[in-house]
Amino acid sequence: MLRSRVIPCLLIHKKGLVKTVGFKDSKYVGDPLNAVKIFNEKSVDEIMVLDIDASRNGSEPDYGLIERIASECRMPLCYGGGIDSLEKARKIIQLGVEKVAVSSAALSDMTLISKLSKVLGVQSVVVVLDVKKNMLGKYEIFTINGTKKFHLSLDDVLVKLQEVGVGELVINSINNDGTMKGYDFKLAGKVRDAVSCPLTILGGAACYDDILALVEKFRIIGAAAGSLFVFKGSYKAVLIRYLDKSTREMVRKFSHPEE
Amino acid sequence: MIGIVDYGVGNVRAIENIYRKLNIPTLRITRSEDLDRVTKIILPGVGAFDHAMSRLNESGLREALNHTVLKLKVHVLGICVGMQIMADSSEEGVLSGLGWIPGTVRRFDINKINNVPKIPHMGWNEIIHADHQLLNSVDPNSGFYFLHSYYFDAKYEESVIARAFYNHEFDCAVNVDNVFAVQFHPEKSHENGIQLFKNFWDMK
Repeated sequence: MLRSRVIPCLLIHKKGLVKTVGFKDSKYVGDPLNAVKIFNEKSVDEIMVLDIDASRNGSEPDYGLIERIASECRMPLCYGGGIDSLEKARKIIQLGVEKVAVSSAALSDMTLISKLSKVLGVQSVVVVLDVKKNMLGKYEIFTINGTKKFHLSLDDVLVKLQEVGVGELVINSINNDGTMKGYDFKLAGKVRDAVSCPLTILGGAACYDDILALVEKFRIIGAAAGSLFVFKGSYKAVLIRYLDKSTREMVRKFSHPEE
Repeated sequence: MIGIVDYGVGNVRAIENIYRKLNIPTLRITRSEDLDRVTKIILPGVGAFDHAMSRLNESGLREALNHTVLKLKVHVLGICVGMQIMADSSEEGVLSGLGWIPGTVRRFDINKINNVPKIPHMGWNEIIHADHQLLNSVDPNSGFYFLHSYYFDAKYEESVIARAFYNHEFDCAVNVDNVFAVQFHPEKSHENGIQLFKNFWDMK
């Protein structure tokens, strides 16, 4: 039986691994390559690495670091950060990365998504949407690490993405980032209803029960988390960890409740 | 030495990385002459069937591969779309396949799949496998990483060495003579994948 994917999401800032809260206050967690090695040992389903400097600084992706990460990974790897052209995306895929994630650049020019899909295959093209709930409870999309509000509404963007066709959509809740309050189910449900592609939810998972709750509700879904897999306890001591065997078994069961 | 066919389709690098860790030498096959230097061949592949097939046709390697595999009987392992192009044909495209393993590549019937997303079949899935050298010491419960919307439907039952379940059972590993193929991605499947690559190398 197909199991839902549970995905550690690693943020890269100044070549180090960090974790943010509400997209701010980045805390140094460690060396990204070392983290990948530990995640290998723990046989994680997939891994997502996002460079939070590249788009903000308008700099090129750090190809050297990406190559080293890709050569360590024994699991599918998704890389995002600073990809605004087919050339950059293709270069990254050639380094041994399975999926490239685009966000700001894809929103300002949706044809980038179809260009990438045509050459790399739609399965390799991931779109990340950073979403924030405003005071009226309306969801808005932000770009450049949550600093710039996007002019189209979430609903409009989802319609467009469904038309263009993407390999996978990652929904990152800015409100819940690093808060360990659990996933935003309302947001997840809204997006699930709007698009038919594979969907991954990121932001807010505090414990394995949060992941299980997401899988129980949506069955086949990607459950991504940052803090949960790199911190332990209220003092946020750095500890790289992953699902234990019994939780994995529960993920498997919840993916197919009728069996 | 293991030759990995490099025709611009598939994650050659990931396969090289695993064999490097296993201390088994690899060579990227880009010209027909390269095939003379290797004792085993891996044919990777991702993306669309026709795209992979036309890249292979354009590479000028097709004839030499046919000769090496069908006449010289060198062991070959197809991965993902590299498996699918070993079939006779695919519902995804109009080009004919290599025809190394009798079978047709079919699309998952999305009307019968009740989860969303319906396709691709993406993620980790278990396999049910026969006692076969390629799958020695593989843990069927942890399974392998899959990513595909079409599946291999072998013409003959005896070609099938493993099946997986996605709405229905489908053939996820096949073998005829010296030709082996898997639908999943061993290069992205942790210990099981490493074991499979080792098994392929060890096979006599």
